[in-house]
Amino acid sequence: MVVPILRRADFLIATIQSALSDSGLVSLRDALVEQVGRHRSRGVIIDLTALDVLDSFASRTFRDLAYMVRLRGARTVMVGLQPEVAFAMAQLGISLENVSTALDVEEGIAQLTQTGAHGNQRGR
Amino acid sequence: MKIVSESTPPMERDRLGATATGLLRELVAHLRMHRTDLREEWARRITEAALLTAMSDEEIFAEATSVYDNYVEALETGTFQALQAYARNLSERIIPRGVQTDEVVGIVLLLRDVLARSLFAKYQSDFTLLNRILDAYEPAANRIANTVAVGFVQERERIIREQQEAIRELSTPVLQVRERLLILPIIGAVDPQRARQLTEQLLHGIRTNRARVVVIDITGVAAIDSHVANHLVQTVEASRLLGASVIVTGLSPEIAQTLVNIGVDLGKMNTVGDLQGGIEEAERLLGYKVVPLGEAA
Repeated sequence: MVVPILRRADFLIATIQSALSDSGLVSLRDALVEQVGRHRSRGVIIDLTALDVLDSFASRTFRDLAYMVRLRGARTVMVGLQPEVAFAMAQLGISLENVSTALDVEEGIAQLTQTGAHGNQRGR
Repeated sequence: MKIVSESTPPMERDRLGATATGLLRELVAHLRMHRTDLREEWARRITEAALLTAMSDEEIFAEATSVYDNYVEALETGTFQALQAYARNLSERIIPRGVQTDEVVGIVLLLRDVLARSLFAKYQSDFTLLNRILDAYEPAANRIANTVAVGFVQERERIIREQQEAIRELSTPVLQVRERLLILPIIGAVDPQRARQLTEQLLHGIRTNRARVVVIDITGVAAIDSHVANHLVQTVEASRLLGASVIVTGLSPEIAQTLVNIGVDLGKMNTVGDLQGGIEEAERLLGYKVVPLGEAA
């Protein structure tokens, strides 16, 4: 299942609509890294609102994605985690370290815009 | 049990052949006839045993009358729903007065004794008949004692559950004090169940209020066990995943010790000594600065 990637000004927005297989996650990662370069985006927002579970492989993949995207000159924000999923992850000790998070797409864009403007990390 | 033989006189043979129902009817009639005396005797013994000390003598006598009548009726009808309803009703009235379970069980057993003694007195000349009367009386009397005691205990449990729920709702508000800033003031003991409820309220509060910073104040919490401490750390982490930073304020020395003992990564916990400091830090994170009126901003 291919995840649609929207482009909005300098940002890429990927909305995950259902549980992704491992290969689907890897494809998404690669697609985003490629598009960041092609469109010279400065931010990537990954919308997880529809996910009801996030396992360790997924979280590792997103971590890698954030690093790779950073190397290509853009920042990543993960948004829309459900409270129950967030707590389950915390319980299992799965953390998205060094990955920014925000409540939803709107907040994510605000965060990326401010980070760009002031050059400092927010939401830590 | 005595064996009826040819030599048994006719009258006696009739009484021995009487059914359990007939005997029950006979003893109920006896209990009704001697109602006043027996009830007084019972009330006297209650006072003597120093039960229901929370109630006045007049109150005891009034309740004793109802209990007695309900008791005899249960014996007569052999059904216990009315008695159960009465027991719950009575419990609802006397529990707020501080009456304990052992007192309620005590007075019911006293009534059982008072009535049994009365039966001994009446049938003392005929041991066999007395035995049969007791055969009819005892199961019913035991069932009554059981019904009343269980009714009382169930009512107590219901009240305790209600009170716990009320306390729980009282003490865990999630308060918005600024745009994007929530405060969660926790007071009292935090058991695992309360911790779970707090987390749920907080995470949903973060979403609803679109909070970016949360100050969890635990000045009012003396101590937490390691299980709850871990839960707190996970709550902080989960909040971060929802895009909100958490500042914990008001840690007591005991709680600080607990957190160190469970090996919390202090890099993950943003803590400030008191609530005032926590709010100031939160405002800084959100980009606010508070200045007195009349000063250049």
